[in-house]
Amino acid sequence: MKLVHRDIDKGQGAVTLVPEEPEDMWHAYNLIAEGDSVKSSTIRKVQIESATGSSTSSRVRTTLTITVETIDFDTQACMLRLKGRNIEENQHVKMGAYHTLDLELNRKFSLRKVEWDSIALERIEQACDPTKSADVAAVIMQEGLAHVCLITSSMTLIRAKIDVTIPRKRKGLVQQHEKGLAKFYEQVMQAILRHVNFDVVKCVLVASPGFVRDQFFDYMLQAAVKTDNKLLLDNKTKFMLVHASSGFKHSLKEVLQDAAVMSKICDTKAASEVKALQQFYAVLQAEPAKAFYGKGHVQRANEAQAIESLLISDRLFRCDDVKQRKEYVALVDAVREAGGEVRMFSSMHLSGEQLEQLTGIAAILRFPMPELEEEEEDEAEQE
Amino acid sequence: MARHRDIRNLDYEDEYDGYDDVYGHSVDDDYYISPSNRQFIYNRETSRDSRFEHADDIQEVDEVDELTDIQKAKLNSCMHEIKNTLGTVTISKANLVGLILKYQFNIELVVNAILEDPQFETNDETIKNRGASLTRPSVVDPVPTFVGKVVTSTTTNVVKGFNLPSRDAKLPPKVLELTNKDLTHRVNSTPNAQSPSSGRGQSPASDRVTPECSEGEEKVGRPDLKVDAEAVYKKERGLGKEHLYMVVIGHVDAGKSTLMGRLLCELGQVNKKTMHKYEQESKKVGKQSFMYAWVLDEAGEERNRGITMDVGRHSFETKNKEITILDAPGHKDFIPNMISGAAQADVGLLVVDATKGEFETGFDLGGQTREHALLVKSLGVNQLTVVINKLDTVSWSKDRFDEIVQKLKSFLRQAGFKENNVNFVPCSGLTGQNLIQPPTENEILEWYDGPCLIEAIDKFTSPARPVIKPFRFSVNDIFKGTGSGFCVEGRIETGLINIGDKVMICPSKDQSAVKTIMIDDASKRIAFAGDQATLTLSGLEIQNVSIGNILCDVHYPIPVSNKFEARILVFSVAIPITKGYSVILHHQSLAEQAVITKLISQLNKSSGEVEKKHPRYLRKNSNAIVEITVSKPIALELFSECKELGRVMLRVAGTTIAAGLITRIISAN
Ligand SMILES: Nc1nc2c(ncn2[C@@H]2O[C@H](COP(=O)(O)OP(=O)(O)OP(=O)(O)O)[C@@H](O)[C@H]2O)c(=O)[nH]1
Ligand SMILES: [Mg+2]
Repeated sequence: MKLVHRDIDKGQGAVTLVPEEPEDMWHAYNLIAEGDSVKSSTIRKVQIESATGSSTSSRVRTTLTITVETIDFDTQACMLRLKGRNIEENQHVKMGAYHTLDLELNRKFSLRKVEWDSIALERIEQACDPTKSADVAAVIMQEGLAHVCLITSSMTLIRAKIDVTIPRKRKGLVQQHEKGLAKFYEQVMQAILRHVNFDVVKCVLVASPGFVRDQFFDYMLQAAVKTDNKLLLDNKTKFMLVHASSGFKHSLKEVLQDAAVMSKICDTKAASEVKALQQFYAVLQAEPAKAFYGKGHVQRANEAQAIESLLISDRLFRCDDVKQRKEYVALVDAVREAGGEVRMFSSMHLSGEQLEQLTGIAAILRFPMPELEEEEEDEAEQE
Repeated sequence: MARHRDIRNLDYEDEYDGYDDVYGHSVDDDYYISPSNRQFIYNRETSRDSRFEHADDIQEVDEVDELTDIQKAKLNSCMHEIKNTLGTVTISKANLVGLILKYQFNIELVVNAILEDPQFETNDETIKNRGASLTRPSVVDPVPTFVGKVVTSTTTNVVKGFNLPSRDAKLPPKVLELTNKDLTHRVNSTPNAQSPSSGRGQSPASDRVTPECSEGEEKVGRPDLKVDAEAVYKKERGLGKEHLYMVVIGHVDAGKSTLMGRLLCELGQVNKKTMHKYEQESKKVGKQSFMYAWVLDEAGEERNRGITMDVGRHSFETKNKEITILDAPGHKDFIPNMISGAAQADVGLLVVDATKGEFETGFDLGGQTREHALLVKSLGVNQLTVVINKLDTVSWSKDRFDEIVQKLKSFLRQAGFKENNVNFVPCSGLTGQNLIQPPTENEILEWYDGPCLIEAIDKFTSPARPVIKPFRFSVNDIFKGTGSGFCVEGRIETGLINIGDKVMICPSKDQSAVKTIMIDDASKRIAFAGDQATLTLSGLEIQNVSIGNILCDVHYPIPVSNKFEARILVFSVAIPITKGYSVILHHQSLAEQAVITKLISQLNKSSGEVEKKHPRYLRKNSNAIVEITVSKPIALELFSECKELGRVMLRVAGTTIAAGLITRIISAN
């Protein structure tokens, strides 16, 4: 994302941003809240009445400012759609008329908020950080099941899922099995060719249990040679074969913990989130009174200034409830003030998904608070 | 009041029964394993019956509140089913509830009671008529071949005999018509079946599958679905050898495939020419030590690498049994395949490598000896023969044998195996010692005079086959057959199936018909619970069936849901389980992604009582009730209804973290 203009003073004001890649839409999605006003160039269908009274409709490009009422994000297409009422009348659109803005790549938009909190400001910073880790593609597979994913710094996108039945080996009849496997590998290879852009992807992880990855890689190279597929042959060295316990997408977490992978793809956000969550579980195992989850417990720990590191899902800041968001922002600010570390998890990564299931908020404490453990029944009932 | 307490106690016992099954604390295991135990279960049922008779008029609906959730759910589904069946019969809810409780949720019994009781008016006379007509089919049925053969057509759970009034009333009218047609078909297909009325207690198998046999009089009026199915079972299988499925498990390279391959050779199951070919070819790729393993490791990849990747199958006979071996892979990465094999097995053969250091690698933490043993136990395998293999590498040392036996004994006891269900046999698969004949090496003769492997296998006892339950078949493999249609291979968990029967595929609920049935490459007209059969299906595309699907009786479909509660036993996990934990759920041959969405309560390990509600986390060896949400709907059963389909395994990152029993199915949405 490019920051074109910034005019925020004492938490009030506006910024102008240009989304440059699909992931920026995700940042915008996390940035824009209901009630904000967004100004952008857009296309509007207008009715023009001629002198004779007949009317024709045509599409015009115009700049509109709306107060946002609904926000939709299409994760597959990385499209952000904002709907709301027009607040700056122009020749085409009346004041108060509804309009739907689709934010577009490489087209600037201005965002005005009544109040810019620390989380929102941070998001701008994160979005505009030029030192990005490179994109990684990953193929997680087992016999008959494969996921082709794209991992960017704040999103894991499942681009293709191949789920086929491969006949098992049978007494005296292994051909069906082997034919089924070859067909499956072919499908996976086609999915890679379709979804992986080798210009931007630095590394393709192929992960599986057993020998599936090796078999697949052999198959792919042979096929590439046979069909003289330059793309695959030239990018052969980008492939990296690693172990995973299954072809289900959650196994990607194991892959991102693999030391060899880490060194190759550098420390991406996805990998560091996996590590942070793992650490939470490690503490929960070793010293349960130092690891808590759920808003109630975490807030109590915060009151005691006990939080060493806070894991929090960005989903919590996207809620429509302004009061709730404020509470979470205050929590984050307070933890930082007390010298704690805050890790914002992307709900588009697997560990973020898991954190979300775990109430969306967890904390590792500096010192044990066994008294909290006793409160657990009330909290569970509140949920 | 007393009755209520009974209900709860009984329910508790029921659960406790299942509880043992996974956790292995009690002296009693699956009731169908030991006849004495079965007796116990049955007695419990009868005593419950008689107690209910005393408190006959159950009227108040609100008594339902005294039931557990599971019972309530059952009650609701019963009422629904009964209403569907009876259509317009006027009966008050209170009466209905009363009857359902009285007959312990047995729908047919309730329906019979209602139809027989003049107190309840049947507006739709046709229901009665149809019911009656089927009891006297020779009068009514238009198909001439049908006459006089009805008695013989006892091949399915919807078939009827003269002396079994009104049991068909449970079927909705449409179904009855269909049944009529089916019947003719069945009659033709089983011309030899004989009347069930005289069938009691005749066959050797009967005492196992029909606990009811011992007291007939009390059961007057009870529809004899069971007797029918059992009679057919006896008829078909009573004389032959019992068929037993044995999964071969153990750490990678313990010598499982070699042992089995050699055993098959010794038994003459593999012809000399083939064996010679294997010897030559394995030598060529430098894998001669695997030549016997090639009998079972048939895939190219398996042979090249010398590792079993998927379950290999082969059959042979012992003196009293027909055995199908399921040679499981030992490598950690292939445990999902091993689970699908073990889920189909009746008994287990655990192979351990006696070589110095190797036994230890397999047995210590992270080795598959433990995980496999725990898995098969959790999957309902209660009898285990342990082969201490490769004893040739330690010069048949008695000390080594004893050392390993001792370690395994205490571990297996902890894992829940009963001592007298576990046997130990010293062997060498590669040299063929002590497989089908007593050993010849002096070193072992000095100290061993126990059974050889084949004798030990022959001593396994066959579990009861739940043929009287509705048909359930779990799909383990799907492939194209030679003719039209396609084949599904799998295990009949409960019930029986005839050629021509309609089946429903769950969770998709598509329907199909069974065109052919094969067991071990032999064509059959009928197959029963416990059999691993290959069915050719017609009227359906191959893509519409997946591994892990359940085929079931169209009249008694299996529940489908993506959310359920399970009582789990947590194995030794490195990090605690919390809610939100994502796992891979294994259910028979199915593996699906799932999330533990709630930790409901933590239970006391020995009493099963709730220790803590809504625990924050579960550590190793704890027992708990959790809610599990699967990424898509699956076909499943309560453990209390069907043990085979009521078990799940939870795995994370290649290790099994917990085994569970389904205690409540939460319907979708
Ligand atoms: N000395 C000796 N070697 C044996 C014996 N049984 C098997 N082996 C060797 O052990 C190796 C592994 O044998 P397999 O039969 O493939 O072992 P497995 O348990 O089937 O292995 P997986 O299926 O891959 O888990 C082979 O090299 C065999 O020759 C034995 O009784 N004595
Ligand atoms: Mg093997």
